[in-house]
Amino acid sequence: MCLAVPGKVVSIDHRADPMTGLIDFGGVRKQACLEYVPDVRVGEYVIVHVGFALQRLDEESARASLELFEQLGLLEEEFGDAWEQAARQESGSEAR
Amino acid sequence: MKYIDEFNDPDLARRLLDEIRATVTRPWALMEVCGGQTHSIIRHGIDQLLPDEVELIHGPGCPVCVTPLDVIDKALEIAARREVIFCSFGDMLRVPGTDRDLFRVKGEGGDVRVVYSPLDALALARKNPDRQVVFFAIGFETTAPANAMAVHQARRLGLGNFSLLVSHVRVPPAIEAIMTAPQCRVQAFLAAGHVCSVMGMAEYPELADRHRVPVVVTGFEPLDILEGIRRAVHQLERGEHRVENAYPRAVREQGNPAALSMLEEVFEVTDRNWRGIGPIPASGWRLSEAYRAYDAEHRFDVTGIRTEEPAVCRAGEVLQGLIKPTECEAFGTACTPRTPLGATMVSNEGACAAYYLYRRMTDGPAQRGSRIPREELNTVG
Repeated sequence: MCLAVPGKVVSIDHRADPMTGLIDFGGVRKQACLEYVPDVRVGEYVIVHVGFALQRLDEESARASLELFEQLGLLEEEFGDAWEQAARQESGSEAR
Repeated sequence: MKYIDEFNDPDLARRLLDEIRATVTRPWALMEVCGGQTHSIIRHGIDQLLPDEVELIHGPGCPVCVTPLDVIDKALEIAARREVIFCSFGDMLRVPGTDRDLFRVKGEGGDVRVVYSPLDALALARKNPDRQVVFFAIGFETTAPANAMAVHQARRLGLGNFSLLVSHVRVPPAIEAIMTAPQCRVQAFLAAGHVCSVMGMAEYPELADRHRVPVVVTGFEPLDILEGIRRAVHQLERGEHRVENAYPRAVREQGNPAALSMLEEVFEVTDRNWRGIGPIPASGWRLSEAYRAYDAEHRFDVTGIRTEEPAVCRAGEVLQGLIKPTECEAFGTACTPRTPLGATMVSNEGACAAYYLYRRMTDGPAQRGSRIPREELNTVG
């Protein structure tokens, strides 16, 4: 029920009421209501739930998350102070 | 998109798990609120990959599961009427009422239809002016904006043959109910990412402060869930209780303003009864005064239906994290997804059904793996 799937906006029909767009979910294309993401542009990604785009996906935040994960991977598991290690990781985790 | 694929990376998952393991020094109990996350956790064995100190309690965030029996009975009564086309999301079809379900009503000649979007139900109303089209509007804050848009359009178009049977529920009051329950074991919450995509994060700081619990807004990919857990454990180990956003690619602080203003217009807050839990004050939405004419309960005069829950089911204890599904005597025997006795077995987002599907009767010691299956998750965000 909270299933929400990211898809790419292929086209937008601004004249449709409510505003509608064609969304590509990895090859499967479906119409979705875009009224709640009025500023969305073709080529952007949105999260779609029960036929409604709920939010634009922020690619920059996604990349920041991935970078954080990468950083975690690069940290050696050392015998040092776990708190100190955690503090170092924390400083990278607030990337927005 | 490349980065979506990257979020299914098992190596990254292993690193996050190592990080959690390195941080944790004592036992903690975290609750994931959302049924979509519960499903993902059990399906991918995330709970078994975690260090023993980190316990996940499965929350009540499955709208199908918590829809009360009397609302199901109202739906069945309305759906059986000859003049009605009854539209519902597919996952409500097999939810048992007192003596049947929507699937059975259809078999007995009722016009029950599964729709993907509430706007599909609206289109049916426009196409069938001589029939009454009723949409079963269930769901949390994630689903409510879609249902609000449908009835908003109906009113704008002056469609007299469209109505909603509303049973919307809200997450923050449920968290409040869980935290104030006498046997509460929850020490941190993973808040449901898609609920916050709509609502934003404004409702949580007060809860986090008052109950001194970390609240970490979390996504649905295995990696997102691990990252939510990592941050929650971090806070717990430091004695902090902040609201954090571990799902910033889909959640903005202020939520979705357009959706929020539609919710504000169409719905008003009301008390709701939760299947398996009972009444929770201010935990739901009903149609506001301006939209009351579109309320199917009044239109079809079913407001009087009252149904008691069967007492055999321990879903309430499962929903509050007091027992695991496998600790219930009926689990997998008298109670299965085909013959569900109660809330948590009726939908695959319910904790009991998730255990039944992926963890049947394996209540032995957790098997520790190091890989998360690389299968595509259907609840990505």
